[in-house]
Amino acid sequence: MSGSRRHSMIGDALAQVGAAGLFLFAILAAMPKSVRHFRETLRQIWFVGAMSLVIIMTCGLFVGMVLSLQLYYTLAKFGGTAALGTVVALSLFRELGPVVTALLFAGRAGTSMTAEIGLMRATDQLSAMEMMAVDPLAYVVAPRFIAGIVAMPLLACVFNALGILGAHAVGVSWLGLDNGTFWGNMSSNVEVWSDLVNGVWKSAAFGAVIALIATFQGYTTPPTSEGVAYATTRTVVSSSIVVLALDFVMTAFLM
Amino acid sequence: MNTPNPSASIESPGSTTDAYVQIRGLHTVLGDKVLFDGVDLDIPRGKITAIMGPSGTGKTTLLRHITGQLAADAGEIRVDDKDVPRLSRKQLFDLREGIGYLFQNSALLTDFSVFENVAFPLRQHLRLPEEIVRNIVLTRLQAVGLRGAAELMPAELSGGMARRVALARAMIRDPGLMIYDEPFVGLDPIALNQVLKLIRTLNDTLGITSILVAHEFAAVRRAADHVYLIAGGKVAAHGHPDELAERDSPWTRQFFGGEADGPVPFEYPARDYAVDLGFPAGAP
Repeated sequence: MSGSRRHSMIGDALAQVGAAGLFLFAILAAMPKSVRHFRETLRQIWFVGAMSLVIIMTCGLFVGMVLSLQLYYTLAKFGGTAALGTVVALSLFRELGPVVTALLFAGRAGTSMTAEIGLMRATDQLSAMEMMAVDPLAYVVAPRFIAGIVAMPLLACVFNALGILGAHAVGVSWLGLDNGTFWGNMSSNVEVWSDLVNGVWKSAAFGAVIALIATFQGYTTPPTSEGVAYATTRTVVSSSIVVLALDFVMTAFLM
Repeated sequence: MNTPNPSASIESPGSTTDAYVQIRGLHTVLGDKVLFDGVDLDIPRGKITAIMGPSGTGKTTLLRHITGQLAADAGEIRVDDKDVPRLSRKQLFDLREGIGYLFQNSALLTDFSVFENVAFPLRQHLRLPEEIVRNIVLTRLQAVGLRGAAELMPAELSGGMARRVALARAMIRDPGLMIYDEPFVGLDPIALNQVLKLIRTLNDTLGITSILVAHEFAAVRRAADHVYLIAGGKVAAHGHPDELAERDSPWTRQFFGGEADGPVPFEYPARDYAVDLGFPAGAP
């Protein structure tokens, strides 16, 4: 890759980051007006939250089961299988719950936000709203942004709960770990504020970032079928990278 | 090919004292193309003014300038005595509350039924009892002949029906300025006639100002009080439709006569035809 091409790509990426930052300010400025569209916000929370439950619950269950199997194998080497419930819960609450939920959320809800807004752009629906003196930032974008922030922590909690149940099914019902030991060690070692709420904060931040990327990509997409397709792909790729990078930063600060 | 100097027949509007929309010295460049090169135009208050011209001449862009959707490179645009380019976003939205806009592709909200599409501006701006909303919406749908389609979704409508629903939505708040971008496309002769009557009736009964972008000169002749013919980035001719039809200028003769030869280029600029076909340049 030539130097000038590399510089151009870096410049384009930085320009996108700058534009997304300005877009965030525009959304925040439109928030007071979006209060009028409370029902639309509720509809979006239902759409990105409740409609994502099946994939989140299924994945949470299997992630918990796999985690339980792997950790039982590792802990058995040190004679520490009694700590299985604690380790599974800490892994899920502090890390896997928010991150895996965010990646699934980007694939399930982020892409639908981008495609929907992109198609509204391509079919002049956003322009029509502007011409009816209805601000699309307040009516279309802000409710989806709020929905992302509200739904992500709730989904992460559901993911965690199902993960713990999956881990319990494997660890206690299958591998024979004592039920009281599993729950007792977990409840005495897991802190609500420093572990559970820590993950909730992370989830809310991931929800905001994914919703920002998804709505920005949809809102600024070229009004063509190819443009919408690229925008949807960019939503998944950018969200995944940003979530993992932000996870590192937040973990470093919230430890 | 007959290509007289376009600037020789370029016209300017006369001094219209009561113009709802006033445009002076409009310059717009999109990409490499000069779309408007000093356009002056007046839309008289309470009249129907048609904007005509060849495809790609910038008629829809002109409407986007008037409604503040797109900024021009230079020029003054005043709508109802408001300087559009200088309006804040809030002021622009206040102005648009008094404008009804029929989009070229209807632009119906695909998640809403026909009824909810037409009710949308009412629900967003006014707190009316549901019964009144229902009465207003059904009255407008009846006017475009689609009261029976109120519960259908946009995907279930034909192009012409979608256009009529969009028309009902555009006029739902009795705007002071109605803008119709290609309202007759996709309409059968019956619907076209009814829409034409509706546009004329709206103007006559409510005294609103209308801008009509259309290619169908026969329809425009029946509806419009004034026609602007835009070509080559300028106002090529303007006047009453009957007068324009009889005027013997190269612009009107070519456009209304539908001829390929004339000041309006039919062909998109291209390389030498012979070279494109692989013959030596300048081959006969």
